Amino acid sequence: MNRLLKHREIFLVLAILLVLVLVTARFPRFAQPGNLLTIFNDTSILMMLALGQMAVILTRSIDLSMASNLALTGMVVAMTNAAFPGVPIPLLMAGCVGVGAALGAFNGVLVWKLNIPPIVVTLGTLTIFRGLVFVISAGAWVNAAQMSPDFIGLQRAAFLGLPLLSWFAIVVAALFWVLMTRTPLGRALYAIGVNPTASVYTGIDVGRTKFYAFVISGAVAGLCGYLWISRYVIASVEVAGGYELTIIAACVIGGVSIAGGIGSVVGVLLGAVFLGVINNALPVINISPFWQMAISGTAILLAVVLNARGERRKGRVILKTAESV
Amino acid sequence: MTDTSLHRSLPNRLDNPFRSAVLSWESLLVLVALGIFILNSFASPYFLNAWSLSDLTFNFTEKALIALAMALLIISGEIDLSVAAIIALASTMMGLALQYGADTPVLVMVGIGVGIACGAFNGFLVTGLKLPSIVVTIGTMSLFRGIAFIVLGDQSFKGYPKSFAWLGQGYVYWVISFELVLFLLCAVIYWVLLHRTNFGRRIFAIGNNDVAARFSGVRVDRIKFILFCLTGLMSGLAAVLLTARLGSTRPSIAEGFELEAITMVVLGGVSILGGAGSILGVVLAAVIVGLVTFGLGLLNVPGIVMTIFTGSLLIVVIALPILFRMWRQRA
Repeated sequence: MNRLLKHREIFLVLAILLVLVLVTARFPRFAQPGNLLTIFNDTSILMMLALGQMAVILTRSIDLSMASNLALTGMVVAMTNAAFPGVPIPLLMAGCVGVGAALGAFNGVLVWKLNIPPIVVTLGTLTIFRGLVFVISAGAWVNAAQMSPDFIGLQRAAFLGLPLLSWFAIVVAALFWVLMTRTPLGRALYAIGVNPTASVYTGIDVGRTKFYAFVISGAVAGLCGYLWISRYVIASVEVAGGYELTIIAACVIGGVSIAGGIGSVVGVLLGAVFLGVINNALPVINISPFWQMAISGTAILLAVVLNARGERRKGRVILKTAESV
Repeated sequence: MTDTSLHRSLPNRLDNPFRSAVLSWESLLVLVALGIFILNSFASPYFLNAWSLSDLTFNFTEKALIALAMALLIISGEIDLSVAAIIALASTMMGLALQYGADTPVLVMVGIGVGIACGAFNGFLVTGLKLPSIVVTIGTMSLFRGIAFIVLGDQSFKGYPKSFAWLGQGYVYWVISFELVLFLLCAVIYWVLLHRTNFGRRIFAIGNNDVAARFSGVRVDRIKFILFCLTGLMSGLAAVLLTARLGSTRPSIAEGFELEAITMVVLGGVSILGGAGSILGVVLAAVIVGLVTFGLGLLNVPGIVMTIFTGSLLIVVIALPILFRMWRQRA
C-alpha cells in the first residue's frame, strides 16, 4: 500500500477509474468513449496551465498570476480579433504566446534580478494584470458576435476525431515531457528545486533558470488565453477569476511538491484529469455544483497528505541524531 | 553565494539608534503615507473632512485585523491563505445561528468560535501532520468557502439584529467607529505580544531558524499552532465586523481579502521568508492601503483599477530598497 502511494501516477489512475466506475454504475452513458473525450477536451486548458505551473513550482517558486495573465492576453487577442478580423489566427496565437511570455518575463525579471520572493511578485502581478484587463477594455465585454468565425472555430475543428483543443493539450504535454526529461533546462529546473546551493556549484544559473520557468508558465498562460476566450466565446474582466488556485490544485493532486524538485508531467496531467472528471461527474449524479468547491478543497488536502508521505525528509529526525551523537 | 554577501554586509559597528530609526522601513512608510495623504487632500475637496476620514478607516480595519495575526504567522515562516474563506464560513454559521433565533452575544461567539476552530484545523494539518502551510491553506480555502456555498447556494442570510449591526456600523464617540477602536486595541495587544514578550521573541527565533529554535527549547509546533488559531480568531472577529457592517451573508463574502491582508503584511516590512517584521509597520501599511483605495474611490476610480495601484505599491515598495542597495554597492 505504501509503495502504491509513492507511485502517484498509478494511484491517480486508480482514483480516476474509481470515480468513473461509481458514476457509471448509476449512469452507464457517463463512461462512453464520446463522453470521456469530451471530459478530456474540457480539461485540456487546465492540463496545459498546470504543466506551466509545474515548471515554476519545481524551482521552489510559485506563479499566482497565471489566471490573470490568461485573462489579459485573452482580452488583448479578443480585442485584436474584433478590431482586425483579417489577421490570421496562427499569427494571433503566436502573438498570444508572445504577450503571455512577456508578462511571465516581467515576473521572472523581478524574481531573477531583484531577488523578490516569487509569491510576493506574482501576488502583485495577479492584481496588476487583472486590473489591466479592465483598463484596456474599459470594463466592456468582447462577445461572440464581435469575434470572427475562424477565431471561434479553430479549436473546434476536428482532426482524427479529436477537436484541435485536445490536440493542443497533447502537443504541449509532449513538449513538456521532452523539456522535463530530455533537456538541460528540464534537469536544471529539478536540480534547483532539490538543492539550490548544490545547483550553483554544478554551474546552473539559478536566477536565470527561474526566469525561464516564469517565461514558460507565462507563454502557456498566453496560449491558454486565446484557447479560453475562443472556447467560452466571451472576454471580460472576470475571465478565469480565482483559477490560479485550481491550477495549483491540479499540480498538487498530481504529486508536485510545493517545496520544489518533485513532480512529473504524467502526474500533473492525471491531476488535471482527476479534477476534470470530478467536475463533470457532479452534475451527472445530481450533486449541486455548489459542492464542487468543497470537494476540490478536500481533494487538495488529501493529496497534500499523500504527497507528504512520499517526500518526508530525512531532516525530520535531526533531533534524534543529535541525541545519539 | 549568500554567505559572502552576508559577510561583506556585516558592519564594523552598529549604526547609532537615531540614524537607524530615520532610515528604517517604518519611517519610509510614514513618508509614503504622508505623501499619499497630501496628494489626496489636493486631489479631492471631499477628502479633508472628519467624516470622510472616518469612512476611510472602514476601508481597512477588517483586513488589518487579520493582517496583525497574519504578520505573526508570516514572521514564524508560515502563511494562511484561507482567512477570507474563514470569514465566509464564520459569517455563514452566524447566519445559521440567526435562523435559530440567536441574539448578538451568541452570534459574536459563533463567529469567533468558528474562526478559532478553522484556525485550529489549519494548525493541526500544518504542525500535526507536518504539511506545507501554503498548500494546506489553499486546500482549506476551497473547503471552508465550499461549505459556505453548500449551506447557502445562491441564497443569502439577512435580518441581523440592530445591536449586532452596531458592531460594524456604530460609533464609540463622534467619528470614532467601534471598528477603529477595536483595531487600535488589537494593534496594541499584538505589538506587546510580538515585541515585548517571550512568546514574540520565540516567533522571531522560529522564523529565522526553526531547527535552532527547536534546539534551544522553543516548542516550535505548539507556537505555530497557537499562531494559526490566532489568525483564525482574528478572521472570525473580522467576520463579525464585516457581517455586521454589510448586514447580510453571501458565500462570496470577503473574496480576495487574503491577498489584501498579505499585501498589508508584506508592505509593512515583514519578510515573506520569515524572521523579520514589526507591528508598527503593518499598521502603517494598513493605513497606506486604506488611504490609497479611499483616495482613488473619491476620484471615482473603479475598484478593479485600484487593485493595480495596490499591486504595484506592493512590488515597488519592496523593489525600491533592493534597487537602492544594488545602486549603492555598484557606486
